[in-house]
Formats: sequence, structure tokens, C-alpha cells
Amino acid sequence: MTTTAPPAPAREVLRTVRHARRRRTVLVCTVLVAAVLALAWLSLVWGGRTGDTLDYLAGLLGTGEGGGEFTIGRLRLPRVALAVLVGAALGIAGGIFQSVLGNPLASPDILGVSGGASLAAAFAILGLGLTGAAVGVAAFLGATVVAAAIYLLAWRDGVTGFRFVLIGVAAAFVVNGGIGYLLTRAEVSDVRAALVWMVGSIGTPRWGDVAVLAVALLVLAPFVVGVSWQLRALGLGDEAAAGLGVRVERTRLLALALAVALTAGATAFAGPVAFVAFVSAPIARRLLPTGGTVLGPAALVGAVVVLAAELVATHLVPSLEVPVGIVTGAVGAAYLLWLLATTDRREATS
Amino acid sequence: MTQTLTTGPRRRSAPTRRRLLALGGAVVLLLLVVAASLALGARDIPLGTVLDALTARVPGDNDHNVVLDQRLPRTVVGLLVGCALGLAGTVMQGVTRNPLADPGLLGINAGASLAVVLSITVLGITSPAGYVWFAFAGAAAAMVVVYGIGSMGRSGTTPVKLALVGTALTAGITSVLTLLLLGSTTATNTYRFWAVGSLAGRGSGTGADVLVTLLPFLAVGAVLALLSGRALNLLSMGEDLARGLGLDVRRSRILAVLAAVLLAGGATALAGPVVFVGLVVPHIVRPLTGPDYRWVLAFAAVVGPALLLTADVIGRLVARPGELEVGLVVALVGAPMMIAIVRRARLAGL
Repeated sequence: MTTTAPPAPAREVLRTVRHARRRRTVLVCTVLVAAVLALAWLSLVWGGRTGDTLDYLAGLLGTGEGGGEFTIGRLRLPRVALAVLVGAALGIAGGIFQSVLGNPLASPDILGVSGGASLAAAFAILGLGLTGAAVGVAAFLGATVVAAAIYLLAWRDGVTGFRFVLIGVAAAFVVNGGIGYLLTRAEVSDVRAALVWMVGSIGTPRWGDVAVLAVALLVLAPFVVGVSWQLRALGLGDEAAAGLGVRVERTRLLALALAVALTAGATAFAGPVAFVAFVSAPIARRLLPTGGTVLGPAALVGAVVVLAAELVATHLVPSLEVPVGIVTGAVGAAYLLWLLATTDRREATS
Repeated sequence: MTQTLTTGPRRRSAPTRRRLLALGGAVVLLLLVVAASLALGARDIPLGTVLDALTARVPGDNDHNVVLDQRLPRTVVGLLVGCALGLAGTVMQGVTRNPLADPGLLGINAGASLAVVLSITVLGITSPAGYVWFAFAGAAAAMVVVYGIGSMGRSGTTPVKLALVGTALTAGITSVLTLLLLGSTTATNTYRFWAVGSLAGRGSGTGADVLVTLLPFLAVGAVLALLSGRALNLLSMGEDLARGLGLDVRRSRILAVLAAVLLAGGATALAGPVVFVGLVVPHIVRPLTGPDYRWVLAFAAVVGPALLLTADVIGRLVARPGELEVGLVVALVGAPMMIAIVRRARLAGL
């Protein structure tokens, strides 16, 4: 460390390090993609005949008879596709929240943003008697409104991480109170429906749902890529970032807005699947060598988490349809304890 | 062993007289609120009739029945719960040196809720006197988890970290709760009314047994809390200084935490999870008392119940002939106060 190396070997060393890092990143991403594919395949074939799946996929490619149209094409494939999209959206959203707010524990599901979606959806189900897509629209609006409220209330010559986090926590508890109120005023049977929705489940989506979410993600993707570069600069501190030519407050607002849009979109279709946003980015950061913002891998991790949880939820209790959010919630709570117990050495709160 | 730092004639200083006056004012306010709580509701009863009911009950008189069988138990529960939460919040803010500590915010209520639901659904315990113990155990476990994890690492407990750990724990517990509730409609039905936090019907009928069972615990907790004032004063100067001044830091911490668990667990078992009272009360009180915890605690024991009963009366008046649960009213009143605290305070350095 103290010995000054001659310039040429130093450059050599730097290059090897960079190479090693890049190789590690590529390796991690490849493994994650492979995991997504493997889990997706498992979800398609588990509990059915493998032949059906092969037939159906061959049918898609135009080289087979296209058997298994109903089980695979109508039931399982949309489900898998939605799980991947929801996981990716939540993973990215969590990653953005954590790096903008400078806190590894912050995420939309903890800060009342997902709670806003739940409240609005509960109101739609219990108060207005809506079902299906209308609930999703209400959830989207709820998440957006609560997020905007948190942002505005946290604003005082700019938004600092800790103020946003604490006001988000307050919002989460208010929203919980509102949900409790709605639940006590409704029929028990409706309450069950609302509870299932609020815990988050992939359910049986139609291709139309999947397409809407996919298009939304595609539209948002370029912005996410754009903002991720500036987030990396923001990670150096506000002043350093400003020095690098980043317009700090605008970047923060844009990034949070993107994250909220992603959360609201995913929540509209699958409900607030607990803890996916919370765990994905930290896992991704742990897998990669460099640290910093890791939105791409976070998206992959999110997809892996939701797919795996969905598999467990479907096959854990054969007689009962367990909502996926219960699995992610329980796993997430355990992960939280572990994360807190181990990451504190490089603590970066407030 | 304990030397008073102030020497000289034991004459009440001007600030002390002012504080005593303020405390007297607070007690008068509390009495007014109690009177309101007995008189107001779905049907307003004149104060004269209330007094008649209390002193010379006429059996069969409808107004007298309402006052004695419904409003009196409810008011007593409100007094106890408010006092317990106010003291618990103050003690926790002192022990954690964290202006945002609150039994609800830190997940203590959620821990108690989970333990109660587990005891109902898994162990089949139905008598409140039976599951009270689980409420205590759950509250204690949650306190240990949140405080233990939140204080790990170099930076110790920061308000942001504790709040996030508490909220995340609440979120995780909520999804486990949902899993337990989905299996049973009756449990869902019981739980949803308990979970919203209410004083209605909690002190009469079977509730009276709970009240009697809990009373000793709340009393012990309150005494421990009120006696912890000096220790909290010393702890607020920092651990090292407190030790240097002759305080057994570990013992006082354990006693204070024990007080908080008894009070918060008891309050939760009695009224369900009520957030924000413990958070807000010390902040209302401090401008009157200054930082001396002995005074803050004395005031909190009076202002806590006044706040909770006021919220309860408001809840009864705004939605006549129905009512809003006190937990919801407190959340709606408390959240703006928390937001104001967050916006005003320089919490980042804490």
C-alpha cells in the first residue's frame, strides 16, 4: 500500500483488477439469468407432464402440434411471465430507493408506498365492490398519491434521505390504520379477498395483463438506465455529484418517480408482494464485487426471488393456495435480521 | 450513596413551582376529558345525570346503565392504556436516546399481536386471561429483536435505523399473521376488530377479567417507569458519563426496558395495537418540563391518558351514531405530529 509502484505495472494491475471485476459481473449476471430460466422452466413443468410443455413451446415455434394450450399457455406461462416482470420491477424500484435515500433498509414496501396501494385497493374491493383491473388502477393511484405526499412533506430546501424515510414510516402507519378501519367495516368474506390481495399474489393473470406491464417496463427502461449513471455519481455525496455536473435534486426526484412508477405498476397486477423490493438490491450488491448501484442484477434477483417464492407458495401446501407474498414476507423478515446483523460494518444510514 | 447535586435550603425554585402549576393544569384537563368521555357519545348524557349514575344508581335507568356499563369501563381502560403508552414511550425514548421511539413504531405492538394470534389459532387459547401472557412474551421478544439489532454496529442506534427495523419487523409479522388468519374465518373476524386498536367494550364483560389480570403488571410497569427518571437523566448524558456518575448502566437499562415491555405489552393486550401515543406524548410534554425525565415521566402519565381519551371522544363524535376506533383517530392525529417533529428536529446527528 505504501510502496509506490512504477507506472506501467500499476496500469497493468489496474487492468487486471478491472478485468476481474468485469468478469465477475458477467458471471453473476449469467448465473442469475440461468437461475431465472431454470426456475421458470420448473414452474412450467412441475405438477404436469413435461411433454405438454414441450409440445406447447414447440407449437409456439410452429414445429409441433401445440398441445397443452390450456394448462401451459393460459395458466402457467402468463403466471411465470408476470412473476418475472413483477420481480424485476420491484427489484429495480428497491435498488433506486436504497441508493437515492442512502439507506440499505429503505424500500417502497416499508415506506408506505406499497401501503398506499393496499389502502386504495382495499377501498376499491371493500368500499366500491370493484374487482379485477379496476383494483389495479386504484392501487396504482394509491401508491402514487402516497409517494407524492411523502416527497412533498419531506421537502425542506431539498429532500434528505432520513426525512423521507421517517415520514415514509409515519405514512406506513397511517395507511395501516386506514386499512384496519376498512377491514372492520366490511363483510368477512370480502375481508378475505382484501387480505389475499394485500399480501400479494400472482394469481391467474391473462396475457393482456402481462402485456400491459411489459410495455410499461419497456417504456420506463431507458429512463432507468439513464438515471442509474447519475445515481452512481449521487452515491459519492451530493456535493461531489453536483461537482460532476449532476443536478442533484432533479435526479433524486426523477429516480424516485421512476421507482414509484415501477412499484405501483407491479403492485397493480400482483399486489404489494412483501419484501421483494427490500431484499433484491442488497443481495445483488453482495454478489457483485464493486458495490454501488446495481439495478440490472437487482432486477434479475427480484425475478429469481418472486419465481422461487411462487414455486414454494404453489407447492408448499397442496390443498391451499398460499399467496406468494406470505412466502416472500416470511423469508424477507428472516433476511432482514441477518442483513442487519452482518452489514453494519459498512453502515451508511442517514 | 446518592448525593443530591443541589445543596442549600430546600426551597421550591421558581421553575419547579411553574412545573407543579402546569402539572395541576394537566390533571384538571384530564378530569375534564374524563367527564367528556363519560358524558359524550352516540347519545349525550348531561353531566348531572352522569354524577347521579356514579353516586346513586337507579337500576333500570337507561342513561345510568350506559354510563356505568359502557362508558365507565371504557374510560378506565382509556386511562390505563394512555398512561401506560405515555410512560412506555417516554422510557423508550430515554433508554434508546431516540426521539422517535414508540412501542408501535418499533414493532413492539406487532410482536404482541403475533403472539396473541398464535396463541389463539395454534394453541386454541380463547380466554383473554390466557393470552395476556403471550402478549407480554411477544412484546418482550420484539423489543429485544428491534433494540438488539438496531444497536448493532459502530454507529449504534440511530432513529432512522430503529424506525426501519421496527417497520420492517411489523411488515414481516403482518404477512405471517395473514397466513395464520387465512386459515380461519373466525380468527380473521376476531383479529380485525382487535387489530385496529379500540377502547370499545374492552373493560366490560370478559374484558373486565383482562383488566383485572393486567392491572398488577401495568402497576409494576408504571412504578418502575416513574422511578427510572433519574437513571434516564444520567443515561441521556451518555453511557460513559452516566457510569462515571455512579450509575449501574446495565441494571438501569434492564429495569427501564422491563418497564417499557410491561407497559406496552399490557396496553396492547388491553386495547390492541395503538401507535403514536408513546411517540407524541413526550414531545408535547417537554416544552413544559424541560429535559428532566423525572418531570417528563410525571407529565406523561397524565397527558397520555388525556390524549388517548380525547381521541376516543373525537372518534365517538365524528361518526355518530357509529364511531371511529381510537387507534385510527390517534394515527390521524399522531402522524402529522411525527411529521412536524421530523421536519423540525436535527435528527441526522442523533
